Amino acid sequence: MSSSKHFDEKKGAANLSQMGFQQGRGPRPGEVPKVRSKDAKGTLSRIWNYVKRQRQELIIVAVSTALTACLLLLGPYLIGKIMDDYIVARKSAGFISMIIFLLGIYFLGAVFTWIQQYTASSLSQNTVRKMRQDLFEKYQQLPVSFFDQKTHGELMSRTTNDIANVANTLNQTVVQLISSAFMLVGSVVMMLSLSVWMTLITILIVPSIAFVTKKITKYTRRYFSEQQKHLGEMNGFVQESMAGLKVMKVFGREAKSKEEFQVLNEKLRSVSVKAQSFSGSMGPMMNAMRNLSFVIIAVFGGIFAYHDIITIGVIVSFLHYSNQFSQPINQLANQYNLLQSAIAGAERVFEVLDLETEIKEESIRPKEKIAGEVVFDQVNFSYQPGVPILKKLSLHAAPGQMIALVGPTGAGKTTIINVLTRFYEIQSGKISIDGKDIQQFGKSFLRSQIGLVLQDAYVFSGTIRENIRYGRLNATDKEVEEAARLANADVFIKKLPQGYDTNLSAEGGNLSQGQKQLLTIARAVLANPSILILDEATSSVDTRTELHIQEAMKSLMKGRTSFVIAHRLSTIREADAILVIKDGEVVEKGTHAELLQKKGFYANLYQNQFSQGHVS
Amino acid sequence: MWGLKTYIKPYWKYVILAPLFMIFEVFFDLLQPKLAAHIVNFGVVERNFQLIKQTGWLMVLVAALSLVTGVGCNFFASRVSQNFGADIREALYTKIQTFSFENIDTFKTGSLITRMTNDVVQVQNFVQTALQGLVRAPSLLIGSVVMALFINIRLGLILLGTTVVLVAVLFILIKYSYPLFSQVQEKLDAVNTKMQENLAGIRVVKAFVRSDYEKKQFAHVNQAYTGISIKAARFMAVNSPIVTLIMNACLVGILLYGGNLVWIDLIQVGDLVAFINYVVQVLSSLLMVSGILVNVSQANVSAWRIHQVLETKPNMEDGKAAPLRAQHIAFNEVGFSYSASSQAKDLVLRDVSFEAVRGDTVAIIGATGSGKSTLVQLVPRLYDVTSGSIQIDGQDIRSIELLELRQKIGMVLQDSFLFTGSIKDNIAFGKPDATQEEVEMAAKIAMAHDFITKLADGYDTKVGQKGVNLSGGQKQRIAIARALLIKPPILIFDDSTSALDLGTEKQLRQSLKDLMKNNITFLIAQRISSVIEAEKILVLEEGAIAGIGTHQELLETCAVYQAIYMSQFGKQEVPYVKQQTF
Repeated sequence: MSSSKHFDEKKGAANLSQMGFQQGRGPRPGEVPKVRSKDAKGTLSRIWNYVKRQRQELIIVAVSTALTACLLLLGPYLIGKIMDDYIVARKSAGFISMIIFLLGIYFLGAVFTWIQQYTASSLSQNTVRKMRQDLFEKYQQLPVSFFDQKTHGELMSRTTNDIANVANTLNQTVVQLISSAFMLVGSVVMMLSLSVWMTLITILIVPSIAFVTKKITKYTRRYFSEQQKHLGEMNGFVQESMAGLKVMKVFGREAKSKEEFQVLNEKLRSVSVKAQSFSGSMGPMMNAMRNLSFVIIAVFGGIFAYHDIITIGVIVSFLHYSNQFSQPINQLANQYNLLQSAIAGAERVFEVLDLETEIKEESIRPKEKIAGEVVFDQVNFSYQPGVPILKKLSLHAAPGQMIALVGPTGAGKTTIINVLTRFYEIQSGKISIDGKDIQQFGKSFLRSQIGLVLQDAYVFSGTIRENIRYGRLNATDKEVEEAARLANADVFIKKLPQGYDTNLSAEGGNLSQGQKQLLTIARAVLANPSILILDEATSSVDTRTELHIQEAMKSLMKGRTSFVIAHRLSTIREADAILVIKDGEVVEKGTHAELLQKKGFYANLYQNQFSQGHVS
Repeated sequence: MWGLKTYIKPYWKYVILAPLFMIFEVFFDLLQPKLAAHIVNFGVVERNFQLIKQTGWLMVLVAALSLVTGVGCNFFASRVSQNFGADIREALYTKIQTFSFENIDTFKTGSLITRMTNDVVQVQNFVQTALQGLVRAPSLLIGSVVMALFINIRLGLILLGTTVVLVAVLFILIKYSYPLFSQVQEKLDAVNTKMQENLAGIRVVKAFVRSDYEKKQFAHVNQAYTGISIKAARFMAVNSPIVTLIMNACLVGILLYGGNLVWIDLIQVGDLVAFINYVVQVLSSLLMVSGILVNVSQANVSAWRIHQVLETKPNMEDGKAAPLRAQHIAFNEVGFSYSASSQAKDLVLRDVSFEAVRGDTVAIIGATGSGKSTLVQLVPRLYDVTSGSIQIDGQDIRSIELLELRQKIGMVLQDSFLFTGSIKDNIAFGKPDATQEEVEMAAKIAMAHDFITKLADGYDTKVGQKGVNLSGGQKQRIAIARALLIKPPILIFDDSTSALDLGTEKQLRQSLKDLMKNNITFLIAQRISSVIEAEKILVLEEGAIAGIGTHQELLETCAVYQAIYMSQFGKQEVPYVKQQTF
């Protein structure tokens, strides 16, 4: 039973106001799984670097927290004083002014609490806003290879879970740590001024109770983490069976999968009943501990007062202080875990921020438009050491030529595009455009000269118009529509109820793959690049539509160097040169007719695809 | 809450016991200040040392009882909440298993996952909190006020009045904070979407050199989110000072009035001490309630989302069990629309009629969006026809047991989803007791055996979420092997070789040839060369059949087919001039 819960209340309110929309915490203390950080000190100092940018807010929070703590300490002291000096002593002179003084203290306490919380919320939010922005900008600068190695989910959790964790911790923990420290020191001072003996008893009892609590917590945490483990397994299972639900139904596997589910669910059920029973007992335990310290202080206070060592007012004050003294100790232990997991989260964020970025180099910007002569000279490249993908590859594309790349999966066609756009850097050899090494162009300039259309057509949420305009941000509506017409995309766009203003859901869920490909072609068309790259850009478009696109592209490709990768040989028959790539090397080269004459790899491929279809 | 009551019912004994124990705990807790007052009044003021000792031991006993009842309450509440959660999870899973594809499409996979994981945990936690906190806080509140009224009716009325005011204030604060928090959630979604898209579309961003543009855009949504979060937090920052201030003012008032009462001997000093403690009790329970109320709204949303799933009627009725030989299949004037309406403009398929017998290969060719995938998905009843009918062996497929029907069909979907487990497990998915020979046989036909044996662990290689990365073409071949293993009399390939290179695709077609002689095979393809040997080629055009026949017949009679042919084999002259739509 708590005598006074001033501090307790404040904590409850802080939870309510600051965690508000997050998983609210029940009346009983929740537990936080332990996570260890690698370099807590270093990470803390980096977080500090973010926080200290808002010097003014920081000072306000610190000062108001300190003042709030002082005022909170003064309250019980004054109540005890009023009890002794006026009520018990039956003295009415000055009673009213003391009461007004106490009211004033409480009023100021409320004002400073408000200032503290008001400022702390913007302090923490602005801190993580900066952190989030830094992370986003970092992502923008990282090389493509980074994204090829990590899953999106992994990277997303940096921005969602980890940063949110930091925000909450800043909001609650930091304020509470400051205030706990003040309360701890302050209440000892106040208690000493009231009664040395009572202080000694309180100081002995409260920490030992906190110690016992800590021990029990350690024991119950085992069950808690076991429950978390089983819950994690269950979630993994659910995630997969929902994602594969259609396959499961097609194969009539419902019954079997339900069996598997039930095994997991029953296991989770029994573990979690036990875990909850144990870990949930923490609440009543803490409550009992509080009751115990209340009892001890009441009884000893009574004994001391009986011997006239202290007054009744002192008992009242101590019943308050014992709580204010034990709260910070419990909280420090609690907050420590929270802090640990936040530091670990921040560490993961900083890990990304420390990665090496694509180098921003000075670029030469030719005054005239690039003509588009592309030369690969003895280019070697491998993604992993020891597994060469491109082997001494050389090729030459004259300005305005259409170069087709064909070959089996894994031959290195897409890799050629990856190194030409400098998504990846070659290990040796040289790639040049208009006679200049592409290393000399800045990446931004280089890429701005290249229009890239990928097989995996990516569209952003937003309208169709915005998606096409992504190719050139200052394009007029008319230009956007013209580009769509050239890409043969306008036919389906016009059929949509909202036309160009149709909103696309996340990743273009409401468009077919073929339609998305047409949109991305329109986007590249609008960008008006000197070099055009189509990497399986029409693989999901039916052949008749593709033919129409090709017609349109013909005029588009005029005056531009273009590279076309396609499985469908019909797509590339018109190319100025067809390069057959196999195992990272150019094995055949020539026009369609020349290669057929050669009766080599290409002719064979062509035979495969067309022989049966040709009706002689 | 949203009809989830039924899931609580089996545990009704605990549902009664938990609050009962909690009320006892609160009762014991509330005794403490009164006992402390006893010490002050009779021990200290009236100088009775024995009484101080006795009361002290009594207080220890009461504390122990409070512990026992508290642990008991938690024990019962845990039993209810965790069992309730497990039951709901099972109910959801069972329900979702009965969903038709249409149901799945309406809910979307991601949302089903959240409902089964996050939302269940949310309501489960709520039940736990409700049985403890939601009982504890009001009982503390009422108990304290009652105790206070017992000590002194006039002082008690001050407390009661303040309590009413506070409840009203809290209610108003919470009511106004809800819209703010939903705005926070909205803005947070925007931040996450932007981030997600930039991760997924990073190549596009880089290729178009849009980093600076994206940074600005992100700064914009980031700022908006931060702004609204601060606004919400600031609004809530008013909450605790106001509540605390009102309560403290009440405390001061009681000191003032109580002091005067002591002077005229209407109340004892110890009772005033106890009274002050009850005031503090009221305050803490009020703050507790407001904390829980935030949970209530969250749990309410979750419960509603769970309810939606449980209430959904799977819009597909099962047929009668009867063995199916699958010798013959017929489409009779089939029309289909994804949106229940049968209005002509919404129809994805219209008036489709054809038949096929065992040994036939039905190839389907047509523009993107012409309804090819939809057509084949009607065969295993992934969707039901809107009009017309499909018959197998003369029976309407709606009268055939779903399980029987689907076991007779081997279908390779466009998306070759693999489950966590070994390659062998995945190939044997449709028949878990398949022998190694059967698995390898299927893999050989699907042209997957060679690459599988080249992997370090061969057929035991782990795939799926935590497994090795397979290329799209490799996944497709495993998915094909999976369909072949059950030796179905009906085979469906939904454009399932798109990720294979030409050589492999050709080999695959050769290897499937024997198999297809004894089956009814549906084959969706883009290339004429893939369909050329089919007994029946269906040319689809905007959901209707534009031509049906062999390659030769269609070349002579069907204009659409000629156009497709020209687009793949002919020179540049395109005789079919109508521009295609998709």
